[in-house]
Amino acid sequence: MSSTHPLDANDVIKVASLARLSLSDDEVERFTGQLARILDSAAEIAALDLGGLAPTAHPLALVNVLRDDVVRDSLDRDDVLSQAPSVNDNRFSVPKIIGDAP
Amino acid sequence: MSTLPDGWFMVVGLEVHTELRTETKLFCGCANAFGDQPNTNICPVCLGLPGALPVLNQRAVEYAIRIGLALHCVIQDSSFHRKNYFYPDMPKDFQISQYDIPINGPGYLDLPGGVRIGIERAHLEEDTGKTTHLGGTGRIHGSDESLVDYNRSGVPLVEIVSCPDIRSAAQARAYAAELRSILIASGASDGRMEEGSMRVDANVSVRRGEDQPFGTRCEIKNLNSLRSVQRAVEYEALRQIALLEDGGTVRQETRHWDEDAGKTHTLRTKEEAYDYRYFPEPDLVPVTPTQAFIDTVRTGLAPMPAERRAALVSLLGEPNDAQIDQLLAVVEQGLDHFVITAVNAGVNAPLALTRTANELAASDRSLDNLDAEAIAATLLLEQAGDLSATQSKAVLAEVIAHGGGDPKAIAKSKGFEHMADGALDLVIDEVIAAHPDEWERFCGGDEKLQGFFTGKIMAATKGQADGKAVSAGLRARKN
Amino acid sequence: MSIVATAESVRTKQTRAVVVADETLAAIEARDGDIHAFLHLDAESIRAQARGIDSQIDAGQHPGRLAGVPVAIKDNLCQRGVPTTCASKILEGWKPPYDATVITRLREAGAVLVGKTNLDEFAMGSSTENSAFGATKNPVDPSRVPGGSSGGSAAAVGADMVPVSLGSDTGGSIRQPAAFCGVVGLKPTYGTVSRYGLIAFASSLDQVGPFARSVDDAGVLFEVIAGHDPMDSTSLAISAPDVMTDIDGGVAGLRIGIIPELMDGSSDEVRARVVAAQDALREAGATLVSLPAPELLLGLAAYYLIAPAEASSNLARYDGVRYGNRVDGADVSAMMIATRTAGFGDEVKRRIMLGTYALSAGYYDAYYGQAQKVRTLIIETFHRIYQSCDLIVGATTPTTAFEFGSKTADPMSMYYSDIFTIPSNLAGHPAISVPFGTGEAGLPIGVQLLGPALSEPTLFRAAKFLETEVGR
Ligand SMILES: [Mg+2]
Ligand SMILES: [Zn+2]
Repeated sequence: MSSTHPLDANDVIKVASLARLSLSDDEVERFTGQLARILDSAAEIAALDLGGLAPTAHPLALVNVLRDDVVRDSLDRDDVLSQAPSVNDNRFSVPKIIGDAP
Repeated sequence: MSTLPDGWFMVVGLEVHTELRTETKLFCGCANAFGDQPNTNICPVCLGLPGALPVLNQRAVEYAIRIGLALHCVIQDSSFHRKNYFYPDMPKDFQISQYDIPINGPGYLDLPGGVRIGIERAHLEEDTGKTTHLGGTGRIHGSDESLVDYNRSGVPLVEIVSCPDIRSAAQARAYAAELRSILIASGASDGRMEEGSMRVDANVSVRRGEDQPFGTRCEIKNLNSLRSVQRAVEYEALRQIALLEDGGTVRQETRHWDEDAGKTHTLRTKEEAYDYRYFPEPDLVPVTPTQAFIDTVRTGLAPMPAERRAALVSLLGEPNDAQIDQLLAVVEQGLDHFVITAVNAGVNAPLALTRTANELAASDRSLDNLDAEAIAATLLLEQAGDLSATQSKAVLAEVIAHGGGDPKAIAKSKGFEHMADGALDLVIDEVIAAHPDEWERFCGGDEKLQGFFTGKIMAATKGQADGKAVSAGLRARKN
Repeated sequence: MSIVATAESVRTKQTRAVVVADETLAAIEARDGDIHAFLHLDAESIRAQARGIDSQIDAGQHPGRLAGVPVAIKDNLCQRGVPTTCASKILEGWKPPYDATVITRLREAGAVLVGKTNLDEFAMGSSTENSAFGATKNPVDPSRVPGGSSGGSAAAVGADMVPVSLGSDTGGSIRQPAAFCGVVGLKPTYGTVSRYGLIAFASSLDQVGPFARSVDDAGVLFEVIAGHDPMDSTSLAISAPDVMTDIDGGVAGLRIGIIPELMDGSSDEVRARVVAAQDALREAGATLVSLPAPELLLGLAAYYLIAPAEASSNLARYDGVRYGNRVDGADVSAMMIATRTAGFGDEVKRRIMLGTYALSAGYYDAYYGQAQKVRTLIIETFHRIYQSCDLIVGATTPTTAFEFGSKTADPMSMYYSDIFTIPSNLAGHPAISVPFGTGEAGLPIGVQLLGPALSEPTLFRAAKFLETEVGR
């Protein structure tokens, strides 16, 4: 039913970039081989005709798990900021941002 | 209505994000508060700490349903997805949002003028933290360090997506204004655009001929006021038309509205578009509101702006154009109960409407706790002739400033007494006698001097004189 | 001594919690230099907790069901103020500002939290070789792996350093190391034990569970940590299952399924022990039924799409902004890339990329979407199986513990060691691994019992029975 194409080095470079990882040329080659093998074994399920089955995202049939709108204690700010790599003016500091959020 | 070059038409759809007025955030018990000290309303959940899990806020669901009902949407079983992208203001580097099955399906919104705009969906999602850019201009460009405050992270949002049914910049503004009124009326949101609790993005495209297919669209971000919505949509449509008339093509892209420059510029092209890799959020379970719950929410819903405008129209009988503008404004700002209270107390509807639309609407004070009875009592004094229009406005200002009060006492403390018969005539004669040259020129046809004499007479009577009586007195003596 | 007996003697002052703590520290001192089960151990904190328990008892209070019982904790569970690394450089030095719910429950029961145990980085692996801080060794044969990902927790119990420990199981990460180290390990029904504070690998599959020297101890620890938690939306709104009341009830009358495919490719020695277990069950009055179910073998491929997909999203947050380590970069994106590239090991990167690929535009339907449908197929298959039986008996792993380095070059061969354990995770069902003798080299062999959702009481009964029959 669904078609797949063999994974190549360009795919690996693309997913690494989506996942915020950088790979050396050697790594690209190694990961391409390994990931292609794993996807090969996944091809058996990609090729199955499972048209009649609904996907299961979750093993439980729970619905409507809700909490009351009641304020609970927040964390101590100094506690939290003490774990941060870089802090300025009680905020988390990051290097310059290129590009707005989506 | 269209301001576009002949033969050109625009197609606009708006995406509006509105924060919900819950006590706590969407998935944790941290306070949902604007303006607190940075990073004081944060916990493992809204900070995305390893191991933390979301639990859905019941009131956020109720508020989302209120919005859905107010927009005539289909309320349906829904679930959450993860929208994956990296950005420092998003603690988990994914946003929990609703994707293919939103809580509110298709609905519509009727503009005051009668045009119906389709609503595609109105779904729940979480807000991001807030980033401040240091150095440079304080904007994102040219800055070399950014600081993140996660107080806003996880605040509940409803994103309302319109169908591409909007056909002019003025209509885009009217839609945003009406939606804002509806959100406020529903009690789900405060609609404060200046605080960012309501944020608008616009999708704009143009076409030659109304029967042509839609053109390539651009998405405009950063519309922080109703005025920006209108200006940005107008600018963007004209930009696209100019481009096309020059033989160019419109690229699908995301553009930023620069309010100061009055221009949009490219943020991101389609090639740089994100691959969000949506998938079902495994840490949350589906939301399936019962019909009984939906009915309870519906029953508790306050009247919507359209219904409230109709109520004012019926009080006025056949309102003129000026009154229609006034009642639109009064309802948009949620001030119509002042008019209704005053009319119920015996004030004539046009007076109640005019004073509300001008004196109350213009006030920069919060009117949330203002005593409507005190406003009505003031207007009754004016209607009876015990206060001139000028005095009435002065008393209203005082009542507004204190959230209420006894208008008679206020009038007395200001020395506003009802003028005895004949007293005004005396003052007019004195003022004319004191300015013989000006009077001669006025009688000779210099109409500008009408204002000069009115001002002098008003000052002499401490504003007690009725403006109409003054101009009648001046006219009688001139002839 | 069972943990119930330990708690009882601490409570009645026949011994003191501080004495138990010192014995535990001595045992760790003696063995952990070789085994490397622990990533973090603070002797002073252990003694202080024990003193706290003793003073409660001196004050006439009841410190709880696990009074003074030492419990080791897999280092992917958040413990307030205690370094929690997931065996990853990216989290090295991070101290959570909060306790996982299971940690809170252990504290409330009077347990002494002994330290944080080693694992495959972010629980991704089957040998504990993927730890950024060095592998853990199998206490039975140090040339072999302890299994994974909860290798440290299994080895700590297997080497008698602690009587019980907590692990997490996403595709077999409790049962497989339990089998390799010769201890009992339970993967509970999804939703019975809170995941709040468990650092997520694959959220729809992860479940916290106990390791123990005995079935009884595993049962008691399970009862302590299980039960509804309002902080976890996927927590079942039920009280903790009672597995202890009927634990000695035996297996007479139970219908027990044998799924040939859940033995497929097993070594002869593993197969022999499973057959021995079947014989013992039959002789004790259980009815054994053969129920072929080839669909279950599709679980492995589905798992290797679903788990990485969820992981790719769960692990996005390690970006150097709020906690953990940062590697600087010229702009925020470069910083995130440098941080993640330096902070994650190869197996984690492999799975993040695999999961990212399975979810990305154009591949979602073929990979992730199909895998979710296979998940449905597996749930339906189990449903059919459990029409005809109460439990399933089979092998926990195809082989006994393997040697270091023997499967690291080929990820698929490593993944294959979870083929019998994965179906329970996909279905959210409970399963337990019980030691049932050894193979030719003296290496432990585990028998796996599987049951439908919330069948823990029956699983424990059958497991307890096998434990008593282990000598045959
Ligand atoms: Mg949105
Ligand atoms: Zn929070």
